[in-house]
Formats: sequence, C-alpha cells, structure tokens
Amino acid sequence: MTATAHTTFARLENATRRFGETVALDDVTLSIGGGELVGLLGPNGAGKSTMLSLLQGRRRPSSGTVELFGGSPTDPRRRARLGSTPQETALPDTLRVSEVVDLVAAHFPDRVPTDALADEFGFSDLLRRPCGALSGGQKRRIAVALAFVGRPRLVLLDEPTTGLDVDARHGLWQGIRRHHAEGTTIVVTSHYLEEIEALAERVIVIDSGAVLADDTLAAVRDRVDSAVVELATDAPDDLLALPGVVRSEVGGERIRLTVDDADAFVRSLVRAEVPFSGLSVRGASLEEAFLTLTLSDRSAA
Amino acid sequence: MTATTLDTSAGAARTVPALPLYAMHVRMLVLETLRVPIAVIGTMVFPALSLLFFVVPNRGVADDPVFATQAVVSLSVFAVMVSALFNLGLTIAENREKPWDPYLRSLPLPAAVRISAQLTATAMLSFLSLVPVLIVGALATEATVSVLGLIAGLAVLALTSIPFLLLGASIGYAFSSKAAIAIIQVGMFGFAFGGGLFFPPQFFPEWLETLSRFFPSRHARELTLAAVEGTTPELWMLAGALAWTLATAALAVWLYRRDEGRRYR
Repeated sequence: MTATAHTTFARLENATRRFGETVALDDVTLSIGGGELVGLLGPNGAGKSTMLSLLQGRRRPSSGTVELFGGSPTDPRRRARLGSTPQETALPDTLRVSEVVDLVAAHFPDRVPTDALADEFGFSDLLRRPCGALSGGQKRRIAVALAFVGRPRLVLLDEPTTGLDVDARHGLWQGIRRHHAEGTTIVVTSHYLEEIEALAERVIVIDSGAVLADDTLAAVRDRVDSAVVELATDAPDDLLALPGVVRSEVGGERIRLTVDDADAFVRSLVRAEVPFSGLSVRGASLEEAFLTLTLSDRSAA
Repeated sequence: MTATTLDTSAGAARTVPALPLYAMHVRMLVLETLRVPIAVIGTMVFPALSLLFFVVPNRGVADDPVFATQAVVSLSVFAVMVSALFNLGLTIAENREKPWDPYLRSLPLPAAVRISAQLTATAMLSFLSLVPVLIVGALATEATVSVLGLIAGLAVLALTSIPFLLLGASIGYAFSSKAAIAIIQVGMFGFAFGGGLFFPPQFFPEWLETLSRFFPSRHARELTLAAVEGTTPELWMLAGALAWTLATAALAVWLYRRDEGRRYR
C-alpha cells in the first residue's frame, strides 16, 4: 500500500454522546486511516449519524475525544479537507442547483468546476433548476456530488443511495469506487447490507451506539450470515437444545428460530430425531442478522 | 514518506479567505429571501401602516415638524428593529430545524463568517423596510430633514440596529421557531413602548423615563434623532448603545458555538 495508509485521518477515542437520557454513542474507539473505504453499517437509530456529526464537528462528544486531521473537528480549518453529504431534503428550495454548488464550493481552496462535477454525477441538465423542483433521486445525486466538490481527502457519505433506483445506485457506487481508487478516503453509512457489500473493504457494524464488529468485509459477512428456520414440533425443548440456535420465537404450534448456519442446523435437527413438520428455511433479514450478531457477542462474552 | 506531513498541513492550513466566503453567503441569503417576496413585503408594509394609521390622522403630531420628525425617526427605528428581530430570529430558528444548516456547519465555515453574513443580509432587507416609512413621512406629515441629516440618520440607524440584529440572532440560536415567535413578539413591543417608539419619552412618567434609558430601542431612537437634527448626543446614549452591542455580540457568538441544531438526528 501507499504511505497514506499509515496516516490517521480521523479518530474517536472512548467517544460517548448522550442526548438527555439516551446514549446515542457509547464509548466508541476507532480510527479511519488514509486510503480506506469503510462501510458503517447499522439499523436506523444505531448511532451512525451521531458518529458522523461528531467527526464533522457539528456536535461535541459528551465524553472522550474526537480528532479530524490531527485536531478538533469543531475547528473549521480541520474541516477544509473533509467532504460530507447533506440530507437530500436539505437543499434550499429557492436556490438553483448551480448556486448551491457554488455556495458549497466557495468553502474550499481547490474546487471542482461546476460543469465537471455535474457531468460526473449526471446533473448537467438540472443546473438551472431550483432545488425545490427536483425529484428525491435528483437531490440525492446532487447531495453526494457536493461531498466531492472541494477535492476532499476524507469523504463521509451518509446513506448516499437511499431513494435511488437500481441504475442510479450502481452508477453512484461506480463513482464512489473511482474516487476511492484515485486516493480519496471514504466512509459510507448504510442500513443496506448489499450496499456495504458492494463498496466497503472494512466494515464497522454498530447498534445501540456501540461497535459490534470492526473487521474486513469477508469476516463481518460471515458473522452476520444467518438464517431463519420455521417449523412445527411437539418437542420444543429438544429443538432449543440444538447447537447454533441464536434466538427462538414460539407462536402457537410453530417455532421460529434464528440460526447462524442453516445447513448445519438442519443436519443436527435430523440427526437428533426431533419430530417436526412444515420446515421452511430462509435467509435472515438484516435486522435479524444484527440480532444474531448482538446475541452471539453476548454469549461469547 | 512525505504523506504524513502533507496531510497534517492539509488538516489545518489551507482555507479560503473569509471575505469572498462572506460575500457568497450574503448573496445566497439575500437571493433566498427575495425569491419568497411575501416575507419581504410583510416587514416592509407593517411600519409604514403604523405611521399611516397612528401618526398621520393625529394632526397635532403630523402637522408639527418637530413631533412629526420624531415620529418618523421612531417608526424608522421600529421598522429596522422589527425586521432585525423577526427576520433574523425566526429565520435562524427555522433554519436550525432544517437539515441544511447542520450541513453548512460541516463545511470549513467559521462561525463569525456565517453570523456576519446573516446579519448583513437581514440588515439589507431591513433598510428596504425603511423606504415606505420615509415616503409616507415625507408625503403625509410635516417631518423635515436636510440631506446631510438624512444621510447621517441612516448611518446612525444602521449602527444602532446592530444590537437588534445580534439579539435576533441570539434568540434564533437559543430557541425553537415557535418559542422564538412568542419571545420576539413580546420583546418587540416591550422595546417599542419602553424605548419611546410609539409614545415620545418626554410624556413618560419619571420612573419610566429612567428605565427607558436602558433600552437599546431608546438609544437607537435618540442617537438617530440627534443625527437627523444635528444635535450632540448625550453620553448615556452612546454608552448604552455600545454596551448593548458588545453584550449581544458576545451572546450571539457564544450561542452559535454552543448550538448543535436539532436534537436526535
């Protein structure tokens, strides 16, 4: 790797952020190095946006420290090499797209020309339009483009493809990969596993404000790769004693189990000769997968 | 390799100069407001209507050059004050509840640049609201002013309106938009009556006259009047205006830095 890989661009150390009684971020320690493409994965309300807002200097941690380019992100000078996306609903309705691009670009010493940016992110035909007249997908593309207008070293993309159709999503992923290949460090948050799988090299999973996993994509995928098994049985206790059951839910006759390995579970189910009927197996949704991760972490601890 | 040193310098050193950035923010704020004309018209019409309904029919005031000039100056201060408190306070409070403002805070944008741009944009619009007051005053009352007095008056009015702008900004940073409306309405009429903008302070009972000398609206009124009439302002007026300016500036900067926008996002 290049020398930049050893440089720390952003760092949280024992960072905790409370809102009244709620702990949005709970004692998080991690660092983002130059050249990385990090996926920040977690359900809504997990603390992803809070973490980004700390890195952007928009909020201060309740305790612990947050560093951006070696200083406090609340110092505007530290943010000169940082690019962020606004929420797509944020763009001021009455301003034209070109005006919003110029306004944001005015904050950076070395900006991408409006035409080049519009060309890259596919909104050349929208430059004269007021932002209020754009569709959600158009706003989203412009919001992502704004993160790159100042030629940043570190880009924080918060849910960059929410509300985009498949084509637009893939187009944007390509753009993100291209910028990463050109040396930009990128952190992308998502609650879509698919998106993180398509983009990230390193994955940080957070839930309830805590880091559940921080590893390579392959390692994290293995850990959240779980399945849901449904069946009816007279002997629920025998069933629950089987290995690999992370979570169970009894609804009348039927039992729903979350297991970390469906194949291994079915094999041991048959081998244990537990009577059952109406077996169905499906891949776990991301929410169920997160639950697996949380619970297996707890049982491991 | 050199990457480490390069990144450190990139972290803190290279930023854009403040002045063009300030100009850009002013331009966009003015554009945003002018494209919703109803907001501009509202603040422009209200003070002129006050003059038309309360001063013009009262011929004892309207036909007396001294009283009429005082009334026009008072309502000019009122116009600028309302515009400053309302436009700035409400706009800032509303913007804090929208996601664009938090986004701007993630940019390398110093607090002073954003605040001063907001003050400037509002001040420009405030002076628009003076135009109808001056027209009604000139056409429908005996108020008189020399060219020099008018220029001096406008300059002093601009300076003495700064505490209102800063106070508007402070309210905007400290409260939600709903609370801000209530506070601004109460504060606005308190300042207007207490500062002698609706009734001349020479008719105040003595205790109120004394109290009135602590109101920024009173300082603005007296200093502007002194500039218009070419008289020497008294020390308490200058000291009061300066104290309010410094105090509200400190308050606005402190509240901006403390503000973290809407909770839970």
